[in-house]
Amino acid sequence: MADQAVFADQAMQYAPQLYSSALRMTRNRADAEDLVQETYLKGFRSFSSFTEGTNLRAWLFRIMTNTYINKYRAKQRRPDEVDLGETEDLYLCKNLGALQDSSVGRSAEESLMELLPDDEVKRALEELPDNFRLPVILADVEGFAYKEIAEMLDIPIGTVMSRLHRGRKAMQKVLHDYALTRGLVASEPAVEGGQENGR
Amino acid sequence: MSEAEIPDCAETIRELDLFLDGELSDHQRDAIRHHLNGCMDCLGAFDFHAELKIVVAEKCHNDEMPPGLLGKIEQCFAIDFDGDGDVG
Repeated sequence: MADQAVFADQAMQYAPQLYSSALRMTRNRADAEDLVQETYLKGFRSFSSFTEGTNLRAWLFRIMTNTYINKYRAKQRRPDEVDLGETEDLYLCKNLGALQDSSVGRSAEESLMELLPDDEVKRALEELPDNFRLPVILADVEGFAYKEIAEMLDIPIGTVMSRLHRGRKAMQKVLHDYALTRGLVASEPAVEGGQENGR
Repeated sequence: MSEAEIPDCAETIRELDLFLDGELSDHQRDAIRHHLNGCMDCLGAFDFHAELKIVVAEKCHNDEMPPGLLGKIEQCFAIDFDGDGDVG
């Protein structure tokens, strides 16, 4: 049986990453702080059910994800009804990638990292509906495997994959709109489907 | 895609997520790499999304914790919740 003193000793190192992801989930500092505290409290109290030698970080994220879903998601409208709209698969790549090719004397990596400010990337992620945001946080921010995400969210791996794909596309649409308003890409993007109303 | 067959562009792009997320088998990865070696368009798309993934991870993971949070968490570790005389 896992000892609570061990928990206090080993779990604290994950607090900064739990807090960042809590902030992406709740989208405000007070709720994020509460969510992280509650996660540690639950982890501490139920540490006897943790199997030593397995992944403590994944165990904590699973607790936090479940706590978030049970406590905060009820407030929002049913996620399955949210329509992300359809965007071409390589939308941002085609529009922003062309710009990178033309920016002389800069490496592509530098320019993408520089082009997209922290706050815009955070906003693009936080604007996703829960059902899409959680898989993207767990995969792209925290680097968990599909199988781990499927277990944390209690959904099939195929659903993880489709939500990740659609969530990423929607994020790229928001980032593209940002690049557009800042004049970073041409004003005639390769939009398909004709559902954009050109803001 | 079958054994010893190089995937075409559509098949390659379809595997982009799985490739970048490290969810393909070695055999599948090799087949994709084989295509990327000879296709600048697909290679450009893969590079772009690989970089975007790094950008998202880095920029969404750098929030500073509120100064009192660690202390508040540690306080929980000293509480005797069930009143049995021991913490926890």
